[in-house]
Amino acid sequence: MLTTRVPDRYGRFGPFGGRYIPETLMPAVEELAEAYQEARRDPHFQQELKAWLKDYVGRPTPLRRADRMSQALGFDVFLKREDLNHTGAHKINNTIGQVLLARRMGKTRIIAETGAGQHGVATATAAALFGLKAEIYMGAEDVQRQALNVYRMKLLGAEVHPVTSGTQTLKDATNEAIRDWVTNVRTTFYVIGSVVGPHPYPMMVRDFQSVIGREARSQILRILGHLPSHIVACVGGGSNSMGIFYPFRQDPVALVGVEAAGEGLDTGRHAASIQGGQQGILHGSLSYLLQDEDGQIRPAHSISAGLDYPGVGPEHAYLHYTGRATYVAVTDQEALAAFHQLAEWEGIIPALESAHAVAWVMREANRLREARAEVIINLSGRGDKDVDQVFRMEGGDTGERADIRI
Amino acid sequence: MNALTSVFDKAREKGRAALIPYVTAGYPTLARLPGIVAALTEAGADIIEIGIPFSDPLADGPVLQRAATEALAQGTRVSAILETVRELAPISPPLVFLTYINPVFRYGVARFSRDARDAGMAGLIIPDLPWAEGQDLRLAAEASGLAVIPLVAPTSTDRHLQSIRTAKGFVYGVSVTGVTGMREAVDTGVRALVERVKRVVPLPVAVGFGIANAAQAREVARYADGVIVGSALVKAIMDDPAHAEEQAYAFVKDLKSGLSQVRTKA
Repeated sequence: MLTTRVPDRYGRFGPFGGRYIPETLMPAVEELAEAYQEARRDPHFQQELKAWLKDYVGRPTPLRRADRMSQALGFDVFLKREDLNHTGAHKINNTIGQVLLARRMGKTRIIAETGAGQHGVATATAAALFGLKAEIYMGAEDVQRQALNVYRMKLLGAEVHPVTSGTQTLKDATNEAIRDWVTNVRTTFYVIGSVVGPHPYPMMVRDFQSVIGREARSQILRILGHLPSHIVACVGGGSNSMGIFYPFRQDPVALVGVEAAGEGLDTGRHAASIQGGQQGILHGSLSYLLQDEDGQIRPAHSISAGLDYPGVGPEHAYLHYTGRATYVAVTDQEALAAFHQLAEWEGIIPALESAHAVAWVMREANRLREARAEVIINLSGRGDKDVDQVFRMEGGDTGERADIRI
Repeated sequence: MNALTSVFDKAREKGRAALIPYVTAGYPTLARLPGIVAALTEAGADIIEIGIPFSDPLADGPVLQRAATEALAQGTRVSAILETVRELAPISPPLVFLTYINPVFRYGVARFSRDARDAGMAGLIIPDLPWAEGQDLRLAAEASGLAVIPLVAPTSTDRHLQSIRTAKGFVYGVSVTGVTGMREAVDTGVRALVERVKRVVPLPVAVGFGIANAAQAREVARYADGVIVGSALVKAIMDDPAHAEEQAYAFVKDLKSGLSQVRTKA
């Protein structure tokens, strides 16, 4: 399977990507692109990154057959355990890389946006590790939904700025982070948390997250002796999915990205930018967006704060456009059922984000069984952060729970 | 000669800088836009920027964010703005749109350029469309006779200045690294920025972002060809939206008399 190397030097993935940012920031992203290219080719930087990922993050993460789930569904399911990373999700693979780069570029101040708080925690962690100051922008609604992650960031020495504009979620936190960046561009490194933003971010974040797919590929070859049939991962901005997809891009393996259907694709209350959106430009790149006829951004909705974003990384738009990856969606209810089911089957409480990937595999079980599928699910994070939210949604300690089982 | 460029020539003949106020279409309501533009015209505006509100205005500070949010909450549509300016353009100084790239992209860059020109607009300013990404829009706009105004910032490279030499209209000099909004003082680097641009680009340079009052406008007018005032004007309207037209007139009249007291450098 031949795939053209993307992005090109303008940051284009076919028609997607690019750099749609104020002129004030252009020199900064050009400087970043150069610094990243140098770091990418520098064996010393690569060795240092590898050492931190091993001794601090705890990589490689295991890939293991989910035995009871496989037995229940009638085909082999393997879990790539990104939930076992330090800080509990894949996000730290990227923040260690970007903060090392910030240090190399002599930037002393780190800013980031966060949705669920996982990227904020991972950024605050990396900044603490290297003695840099971090300021995190988080939508005021997410500050409420994810209060424990806010406290974690503070424990790690970061300052958290609640953002009260717009929908008070991830997109508004990103707007505010960009406003900070444009103001303090000379001293500040903006650590973007997903494969979004102006070039080189989508490429750089993909590269840092590709460690997931590189490990998974060699692990599955060791276990099975051949490639899997499917790789399944959730897609908000799309960094965990791009990280596991990328090393398999030239293999005969189905790549399935699971978007958040929220209350249902036909209700308008969802976060499925590829399936429910149109081409548009937001936060620095051209991709698919939830928007109205005038190009005003429509609020996203998902049970999972980490998927609650009205856009998606431009390389996912490209993989959809070329047909190399398939994009599907599961609802809040399906994700919630999978959250419970995986806990009971495997003793693993997944993040609500990752539960979307589990839910699609459960829903498509008949078809996958008939195809004798061998599926890798990227379990991008652990669900500890969501336990309180689910507990409250399901009626708290009254013992009553909404009927959410499939 | 572009209609925008000749405005600067006329102002220069009178020994003053051009005054370019900005208002957000749809704030306080779209129905008030003609009255506000008429007030700005009467107060002596040389060019008027009309903002098309966008849901995610990442180059704007709190005042213009709020104006956009309120305009959109009332259902202000791009098509209705085009209809409104069509009536205004013949009786106003040259009008330019300021908006973000997504509304233009969604409308279709060629269709938007044509419809904006047909409605009588003279130019287009898009703060999140850097020159390097703007080729398609420029081709469409130039075919329609609409000027795409280039922006320069304190961080701009010499390469960027070279690339905008063939631009039309004027150059929009962003006075600070930051978002729109009033500042206590004009950044000391603005003069150097204007002089740097003028050495390379054969167009008038108007300076915006952060100019809050007549004293600051006067200071900038000593070295720039034009002064752009947005947040401070919209703030004046916000202070008394029931009297938006009177507020706009008084604010711009004050700036204008300030500018008429300084002679710009030739």
